[in-house]
Amino acid sequence: MKEYQFLENDFQFAHDENEKLIDKTYNSTSYLKDVLANFVKNKGAIFGVVVVLLIVILAVFGPYFNEHTYKSILIEQASLPPRISWLEQFGIFDGTRNGVNLYIQKGFSDLYYWFGSDTQGRDIFTRVWEGTRVSLIIAFTAVVIDIFIGMVYGLVSGYFGGKIDIVMQRFAEILNGIPQLVIVTLLGLILPPGIISIIFALMITGWIGMSRIARAQVLKLKEQEYILASKTLGARDFAIIFKDILPNIFGQIIIMSMFSIPNAIFMEAYLSFVGLGVPAPLASLGSLINEGYKSITVMPHIITSSIIVLALLMLSFNLFADGLRDAFDPKMKQM
Amino acid sequence: MKVQKERVLSIRDLNISFKTGSGTVSAIRGVRLDLFKGETLAIVGESGSGKSVTVKAIMGILDSNGTIDSGSITFDYQDGNENKSVDLVKMTPKEIRYQIAGKKIAMVFQDPMTSLDPTMNIGKQIMEGMIEHESISKDEAKKRALNLLNLVGIEDPEKRLKQYPHQLSGGMRQRVVIAIALACSPDVLICDEPTTALDVTIQAKILELIKDIQKKSNISVIYITHDLGVVAKVADYVAVMYAGKIVEKGNIDEIFYDPRHPYTWGLLSSMPDMDTDSKRLFAIAGSPPNLLETVPGDAFAPRNPYALNIDFRLEPPMFDVGGQHRVSSWLCHPNAPKVRMPDQLQKRIVKMLKEDSDND
Amino acid sequence: MGKYVLKRVVISLLTLMAILFILFLMLELMPGSPFNDEKLTEAQRVLLYAKYGLDQPFFVKFYKYVINMLSGDFGVSYTINKNFAVSGMIASRLPITIKLGLQAITLGSVVGLLLGITAAIKHNTWIDTITVMISTLGVSVPSYVFALGLAYFVGYKLGWFPILYNMSKAAESSVLPTLALSVFTIANVARFTRSEMIDVLGSDYIRLVQSKGVKEWKLILRHALRNALIPIVTVIGPLMVGLLTGSMVVEKIFAIPGIGSLMVNAIQMNDYNVVIAIAFVYSSLYIITMLVVDILYGVIDPRIRIAKGAN
Repeated sequence: MKEYQFLENDFQFAHDENEKLIDKTYNSTSYLKDVLANFVKNKGAIFGVVVVLLIVILAVFGPYFNEHTYKSILIEQASLPPRISWLEQFGIFDGTRNGVNLYIQKGFSDLYYWFGSDTQGRDIFTRVWEGTRVSLIIAFTAVVIDIFIGMVYGLVSGYFGGKIDIVMQRFAEILNGIPQLVIVTLLGLILPPGIISIIFALMITGWIGMSRIARAQVLKLKEQEYILASKTLGARDFAIIFKDILPNIFGQIIIMSMFSIPNAIFMEAYLSFVGLGVPAPLASLGSLINEGYKSITVMPHIITSSIIVLALLMLSFNLFADGLRDAFDPKMKQM
Repeated sequence: MKVQKERVLSIRDLNISFKTGSGTVSAIRGVRLDLFKGETLAIVGESGSGKSVTVKAIMGILDSNGTIDSGSITFDYQDGNENKSVDLVKMTPKEIRYQIAGKKIAMVFQDPMTSLDPTMNIGKQIMEGMIEHESISKDEAKKRALNLLNLVGIEDPEKRLKQYPHQLSGGMRQRVVIAIALACSPDVLICDEPTTALDVTIQAKILELIKDIQKKSNISVIYITHDLGVVAKVADYVAVMYAGKIVEKGNIDEIFYDPRHPYTWGLLSSMPDMDTDSKRLFAIAGSPPNLLETVPGDAFAPRNPYALNIDFRLEPPMFDVGGQHRVSSWLCHPNAPKVRMPDQLQKRIVKMLKEDSDND
Repeated sequence: MGKYVLKRVVISLLTLMAILFILFLMLELMPGSPFNDEKLTEAQRVLLYAKYGLDQPFFVKFYKYVINMLSGDFGVSYTINKNFAVSGMIASRLPITIKLGLQAITLGSVVGLLLGITAAIKHNTWIDTITVMISTLGVSVPSYVFALGLAYFVGYKLGWFPILYNMSKAAESSVLPTLALSVFTIANVARFTRSEMIDVLGSDYIRLVQSKGVKEWKLILRHALRNALIPIVTVIGPLMVGLLTGSMVVEKIFAIPGIGSLMVNAIQMNDYNVVIAIAFVYSSLYIITMLVVDILYGVIDPRIRIAKGAN
């Protein structure tokens, strides 16, 4: 037996006879705080959010940064490589192609096109951010409308169940069997070119995923007791749908929409690439890529900036959406 | 007269910790246990007390973020005609899996609904272990599998052999899991809460089945459970765990009729029975400690209404209170005040003793 | 199982009908009428009208339309190849696209599977992290970015592979396009395989197999993979879509004479018959694939294949 040093009062009772033994519990954080904490741990997600915000800000304010507009055609200033004043001295972005400084050569020593100019003399920098703006507007609008359509469809179908559900689901399933691409292409052909048409085409096909999520959540929650409680208190169906169920499916809906946005951007870019996109002189990321593609081997700078922005945008949204999803539904580490 | 029993498993000073996102958790802190041949040892405790972790370490299936910091697990067995003795702690999980797991020590898991591979038929799952460890022909394996299904009480074994898990009921699945465990005639069978996920009526049957098998083949069994009812039915020897340590151990009579640790009192008191006449069900106040922090003294002290000041300062050693009974509580020290178990519990024990002697 | 298959087939047929209906509507709505060619004589015009039911009520037209489409008569091209049968145009190009698609899927699935399995086994190591990064990139960035990148850097600057499709050097010139197309597949498959494997590897029955003492590689191959692969067939749907969009762009960039580039051409030249015909081909391919996948799913998963009630 080990040698112990005993103190005077060691063998006296520690707890008072009537003392309530209080649980030492740990602070429980609210659900949202937990989600936020999880999200922040994910470096990819943070990168995604930051980049998305940056790009959105640039899309809003970018075109005003310099004096060029997106449609000012100045043929004599066509096809100039990028030139940024304070980077010039380092030998990059100095407006040279094949060793010749085209700005000087053409007599524009005081002219700076940050991303260069395109074949019609328009400032690519401004056009890229204008284009981003258009792409984002299209994507956001389509997705927001889809959220509404999808949510309502899914909520109604799931909540009422029975025959209504079966019919609605069959309908959605059949619609889903038609590739979104096909419908979007056909609509692009029929409808007059323009932003509204593109939004319409995207909207028609994108709601199905949203409705599935909404319906799945409703089915899960429908059986829970607080719904039963509302019913016994006499709440009417629509009230239940909107007040009890809706707040609980928000998380999933947000996540789904975060994934839908890059999909919408992509569809729009694809439409432009095949020639069904926004009409000139408007620009969207897709149409810029389409234009720049034609001269990619000779003047790669025209296409480069738009491709980088597109790729970054899509990547960041996906990272953000991934991070959100992981934050809402973490896999706990084994103990 | 006590027959000198063979010692099969011998755990000494086992310490296991886990690396988690929030820090290192000391899950097992100095466990010392013995298992003898043909005996049933029950390890009892709340969720999180460390009972499952201990046996996972024996089987070499600890989670990847767990490490055995110190201690030894000595396993004595026969390999052919040789007597072998290995320290499982010194073996890598891979080595344990190749040489011991399935062959000499087998495990029955808690949830029969999820412990079987849904894409493989029953027969293959039973035969897999056999074919892996012993070089026997497929026909021989099939014969043995049929025998096992009979042994565990599954009717129409020929038909069942070809079926998939989802075609069997919960009770049947658990029997299959037991069959799988027995496939290579192991020396030790570890059952981790084998009946928790089953209906009460099936529970009794499964327990009986294991007891039968044990009698027939003289294997040693370890039961992990939080259900004292199960313990009463099956155990020869009981170890009570709390917060990664054994707080009391002894043979079944000693624990049920003469418990000494306040935690054991709490456990026994919280089993309601027909005569519980207090208006409220007894529950031990508080919750198990967070093992992320190492607090000095007895881990149970904050919830222990009989705690002494020294309990907050020094961890109590194991006191020998007679027979096979060991208790880790300062109340057993000669200087400690004399404390008796709660009245309710005392009454119940007296009643049990009387019933037993009536039955004799 | 039979009931399951039947249900799937019926839904597929219904979807096919729905598509035909939509395509038909589109055709009606498109500006310009067919057969506006001045070269047609009145008699020929009457014949054509009769064949396509152009002056008949709506449903008769639709009925004739469906019959025509299903028998492969897609009308004639207006602009690309005046009066040339669309079906002929498609037939000559379809094999190339299909070949490319199959190459991309095979490469993509194999590489994706390997990546996904490795990442799952080495969960939380650098291999895992890199795989996740690559798959996120591959999934988010559109295939034509990769196509352009490959074409420019590897094809043009480095000159390792030709960037324009050449019939005589078919194998070589299909390397870059196949790579570009397969990126999306690799990324999707890897991602999905990884998460499914991680799930499966943490499950109870894997524990049990471990406790049986089964060797690691056998455990992965026989138990983990089998269970993880079952839901993977569900990823094939989005993969198909990715390939469809990808093929159009990749064919355009690499000048491959498949139906993808024909489609792009037809869109730009407003050759409606061609567009609709190819849309039909794409949709049919999609429906057939989904049907096959659904049936496959039922076959692989014994829980569906052998219905309950055998107790």
